[in-house]
Amino acid sequence: MPEPILEVRGLVKHYPLTRGIVLRKQVGAVKAVDGVDFHLHRGETLGIVGESGCGKSTVAKMLVNLEKPTAGEIRYKGEDITRLSGKALKSVRRNIQMVFQDPYTSLNPRMTVGDIIGEAYDIHPEVAPKGDRRGRVQDLLDVVGLNPEYINRYPHQFSGGQRQRIGIARGLALRPEIIVADEPVSALDVSVQAQVINLMGRLQDEFDLSYIFIAHDLSIVRHISDRVGVMYLGRIVETGRDAEIYDHPTHPYTQALLSAVPVPDPEAREHRERIILAGDVPSPTNIPSGCRFRTRCWKAQERCALEVPALAVPAVFRTGSDPAAHDSACHFAQEPVRPV
Amino acid sequence: MLLELRDLHVEFRTRDGVAKAVDGVSYGVDAGETLAVLGESGSGKSVTAQAVMGILDSPPGRVTAGEVLFEGRDLLKLKEEERRKIRGAEMAMIFQDALSSLNPVLTVGDQLGEMFVVHRGMSKKDARSKAVELMDRVRIPAARERVRQYPHQFSGGMRQRIMIAMAMALEPKLIIADEPTTALDVTVQAQVMDLLAELQRELHMGLILITHDLGVVADVADKIAVMYAGRTVEKAPVHDLYKSPAHPYTRGLLDSVPRLDQKGRELYAIRGLPPSTTSVPPGCAFHPRCPLAQDVCRTDAPALHRVDEHRVSACHFWRESLDA
Ligand SMILES: Nc1ncnc2c1ncn2[C@@H]1O[C@H](COP(=O)(O)OP(=O)(O)OP(=O)(O)O)[C@@H](O)[C@H]1O
Ligand SMILES: Nc1ncnc2c1ncn2[C@@H]1O[C@H](COP(=O)(O)OP(=O)(O)O)[C@@H](O)[C@H]1O
Ligand code: SF4
Ligand code: SF4
Ligand SMILES: [Mg+2]
Ligand SMILES: [Mg+2]
Repeated sequence: MPEPILEVRGLVKHYPLTRGIVLRKQVGAVKAVDGVDFHLHRGETLGIVGESGCGKSTVAKMLVNLEKPTAGEIRYKGEDITRLSGKALKSVRRNIQMVFQDPYTSLNPRMTVGDIIGEAYDIHPEVAPKGDRRGRVQDLLDVVGLNPEYINRYPHQFSGGQRQRIGIARGLALRPEIIVADEPVSALDVSVQAQVINLMGRLQDEFDLSYIFIAHDLSIVRHISDRVGVMYLGRIVETGRDAEIYDHPTHPYTQALLSAVPVPDPEAREHRERIILAGDVPSPTNIPSGCRFRTRCWKAQERCALEVPALAVPAVFRTGSDPAAHDSACHFAQEPVRPV
Repeated sequence: MLLELRDLHVEFRTRDGVAKAVDGVSYGVDAGETLAVLGESGSGKSVTAQAVMGILDSPPGRVTAGEVLFEGRDLLKLKEEERRKIRGAEMAMIFQDALSSLNPVLTVGDQLGEMFVVHRGMSKKDARSKAVELMDRVRIPAARERVRQYPHQFSGGMRQRIMIAMAMALEPKLIIADEPTTALDVTVQAQVMDLLAELQRELHMGLILITHDLGVVADVADKIAVMYAGRTVEKAPVHDLYKSPAHPYTRGLLDSVPRLDQKGRELYAIRGLPPSTTSVPPGCAFHPRCPLAQDVCRTDAPALHRVDEHRVSACHFWRESLDA
């Protein structure tokens, strides 16, 4: 295996909770991200799924340096970029770009499409010399399937799907190696979603891109990902190749999540075994001891409150080629009795 | 039929001209039955529901033609006062965004109780205990204490359950749920849909479920009405529609959904975009995006053709679509 292009170790982001105006006293912390590990290879797509508030966007923001980690490492080609500054940081940042969820608010309404996409060249003039920019931007519009003549239009003149294409063109402007896409199609209708997903697949092949693809729609994540990480309350609780996660999940949370996904086939409804989770996700200011999923887990036992389960291949599965043998943070990891 | 819409038309006056938001919608639902209304954003699903409920934003909105028959009576011919009595008591609506449809400055208990004070003339005290009962019923833990809390103090899933409680309060005959789970996570969506289905069975209500999620539809619907550019383009029982859609748009929608049990690189994508309501293409509104379109589609609007006893399709080439 070659070295991963990106490797994240022990990534943490805690937002302090303070009380008092004059004497600000820290009374706790929102543990948005609480120890995340993963890696990404060149040309690969890692999907990250999990319920709202579990920390997906916070991870994404740290990867593109929009937030500073409280602790942990982000290694790009072996180098920890959380320690870089100045020129070195600038050149690394060029290689990791983000595409945002909301095509309606992530584009400045007062800028033309040409200025939005070309803005990055002001910071990185080495990528496109001044006289060359307009042509570059038009090429990018063409690449994402928009008419290059739209270069002088404003965002409100485009539909949601077209705006997401503009967001992708902006992400590609600096020819990055890694694209972090945070819910890139969640705001789009089904038919338009498919267009954007296909576009992302084509661009990946064409430019040898590596993707971190964040979404709460498990079907879309499976469609696009080579590997998947399942997040719960600031941690990855299970990770593996897409078939390992979707066909052989061993963590109760993953199993519940998968069983809740509605299948677009009415014939399936009689035969499905649903796990309906009780209650809501606990607050990230007050994470349960031991296993953080235990307050909603139907398999929880005393040990779960005392010992934090490590994200590792559970001992029971250490038999090489078994697809259940992948990282799962559960003391009682087990494949579901019935197929999910 | 409990509720039957006949060729409903709704227009909005906008700066860009007249927007035909609803341009010929017909569908019906019986007691105890679930009808799913499926369609992309902007296809007129919510405006149709607002016209049925009598809560259309008018002006600028206006029903220009059609009938809304509720137990045989055309609601459009009733006075506002009569409609108000029907709203809440006979038919109720659940909205996508519970936080903005609940009153932020009233406790949840007061809002639930108000239904009983206004419609049933109950005392405040009795209404309060009714509210607790309802919250229990939609499985809000510690209902007796939480009845005094405000909407923002509940999670998204709980707020949606409170909306359901409010809609159920007077045991209406019909519930219209407009994207009730779109803003929720799948695990919470499953809780909410489960609850809705259970209460519907118990009370033998008619349920109109508006959604664009083909998975949710397959899970709960008895029959489906598909909308495109303000019109019903196909109506069918759920099994038939998924097995062999009689309209190319329905087929396109079904094909473009990524599925958990299938994986491939390229998804089917309907080309192009839905039209704007102020410039709907002539003939069949779907023709610029349709793989089966012929010359006739560009000039002649298709009528609703009868496919079989239970199905209709607004497509000149519905036979070809069935076989496609
Ligand atoms: N108050 C209004 N004034 C002008 N146009 C309106 C108004 N309300 C709705 N419309 C228009 O009517 C059309 C149908 O709207 P509607 O909200 O019913 O669509 P929908 O299918 O439910 O969409 P979504 O899935 O986004 O909610 C849209 O083009 C919308 O812009
Ligand atoms: N700037 C902030 N200050 C305090 N809490 C925050 C901040 N940003 C995010 N959070 C909290 O961190 C948690 C994770 O947020 P986020 O990463 O946005 O989740 P997701 O994208 O999975 O929905 C949430 O509980 C959120 O409220
Ligand atoms: S460690 Fe215990 S509580 Fe956590 S997922 Fe496994 S069984 Fe459930
Ligand atoms: S009428 Fe013509 S354009 Fe319209 S859906 Fe049928 S085949 Fe397609
Ligand atoms: Mg997010
Ligand atoms: Mg709507």
